[in-house]
Amino acid sequence: MSRINIELPGLSLKNPIMPASGCFGFGREYAQLYDLSKLGAIMIKATTLETRAGNPTPRVAETAAGMLNAIGLQNPGLEKVMNEELKFLESYDVPIIANVAGTEVSDYVEVARQISTASNVKALELNISCPNVKCGGIQFGTDPATAQELTAAVKAVSSVPVYVKLSPNVTSVVEIAKAVEAGGADGITMINTLVGMRLHEKTGKPVIANGTGGLSGPAVKPVAIRMVYEVYKAVNIPIIGMGGVTNAQDVIDFMSAGASAVAVGTANFVDHFVCPNIIDALPAKLDELGVEHISEIIGRSHR
Amino acid sequence: MIRSERMIVVRQAKIAHNIFELVLQGELVQDMSPGQFVHVKVSDTLEPLLRRPISIADVNKEKSQFTMIYRAEGRGTEVLSLANAGQLVDVLGPLGNGFPVEAAPVGGTALLVGGGIGVPPLHELSKQLNARGVRTIHVLGFQSENVTFYEEEFNKLGDTYYVTVDGTKGTKGFVTTLLDELQPEFDVFYCCGPLPMLNAMENAYPNKEGYLSFEERMGCGIGACFACVCQTTEQVEKDYVKVCSDGPVFPKGVVQL
Repeated sequence: MSRINIELPGLSLKNPIMPASGCFGFGREYAQLYDLSKLGAIMIKATTLETRAGNPTPRVAETAAGMLNAIGLQNPGLEKVMNEELKFLESYDVPIIANVAGTEVSDYVEVARQISTASNVKALELNISCPNVKCGGIQFGTDPATAQELTAAVKAVSSVPVYVKLSPNVTSVVEIAKAVEAGGADGITMINTLVGMRLHEKTGKPVIANGTGGLSGPAVKPVAIRMVYEVYKAVNIPIIGMGGVTNAQDVIDFMSAGASAVAVGTANFVDHFVCPNIIDALPAKLDELGVEHISEIIGRSHR
Repeated sequence: MIRSERMIVVRQAKIAHNIFELVLQGELVQDMSPGQFVHVKVSDTLEPLLRRPISIADVNKEKSQFTMIYRAEGRGTEVLSLANAGQLVDVLGPLGNGFPVEAAPVGGTALLVGGGIGVPPLHELSKQLNARGVRTIHVLGFQSENVTFYEEEFNKLGDTYYVTVDGTKGTKGFVTTLLDELQPEFDVFYCCGPLPMLNAMENAYPNKEGYLSFEERMGCGIGACFACVCQTTEQVEKDYVKVCSDGPVFPKGVVQL
């Protein structure tokens, strides 16, 4: 009997660990390093209807215990993702969560409609929180009514459960969470990156060509934990938590705050084997806590 | 094969102003080829967080040792410069596609042009070219005499010319200043240095086969994060290439300069 499997809408997870969208491409690179079937799920890179070229470089900058990025949703577009990337991932026994992005409601709807029919796509992650693109992304995630409408529109066409990825760049994340729940979301993933900026020591100008970038890494974990904690109390749909996860203790923290599963982002760039390493470390963590199954710790902060 | 390994520091020495030579030992040396790089985690703490891409200056497969030469100019490389013999360093590699040694005809001549901290990978390349029976000419550009290194090592491998911006060693000016005077005869060129140098080399030899090694800020180092993307020219089908996994070495004409 597994002690770390988790059941969520659309997703039978062998374990609650998955690489976060944008930090793992479409899996090909990490497949050279370890067996992707070991993962609970894979959140693939954001897919848009058309090819996106992304932002100018430099696109990343290191910060204290974190990094800023402004990649700009570069991806080969829906058709190639479906015909090439998702096909490639079919050779692994791992559910795919497809991150869906767009410029207008109609793009989101079209990508969702098509990509949700792929045999290995078991859930969608609606990206209403990318801070690095001019239109599409974050403006859908900062206004509750807009977020609710988009969620409902995508939900109406999707063949699989829809999770919505929330932005921390809002006054009240709880309001947005409630709105997407009202729009019919099956779950929430949180948090996306925090908008930040780093200046060049000599010139005083932003290091990242885009000016601002999204902050991720261990530096953002306390913000993410607080937000998961608040949203868990306010909604009745499951949460996949993320933000600065680097080890098994971080996973325990997110699940204690209310996450049912956990995504690992920036840490994949630092320790390329971090996901399998965390998965292997979880049973010992459960022993330490005197817990038989990992699901017992979900939301324990609130009990 | 890409491996993650805690490699042991054999020795580290300061060989020029802010320039360090670090010799590491471990199994992943067996897979290294010239022009590839390694991604180094300089400490086990969260600060600095990201790995540092560093080129490979010398490979000794018999001893399972390789040498990196790097400039300590930021927090990460400063921390690395403090590593002592016997310490362990977390290395991911070897990464990327290096210089094609076989592009130089046996019995022919290769022109190797480097700038600053782009010079180190040319050392291992030159060793392998010479082992293949290719004559090498080295043209090495630096800011100033106090940041030059490996003069003896390059001299052993072939004719070596120095160029410094301030004229403190060799010819004063840029590598192209010297190449204009020298008018070297060669079959193929290899270049690693700052973008203006790569650009100058591509323009100086339109009819020669040439390979350029690029540098860009990286995240993952394996092609997953799309941080180090470069625009391509119309000569190639792809719209972009990733320096870390498609490069860092590209045939001339691939990357838009």
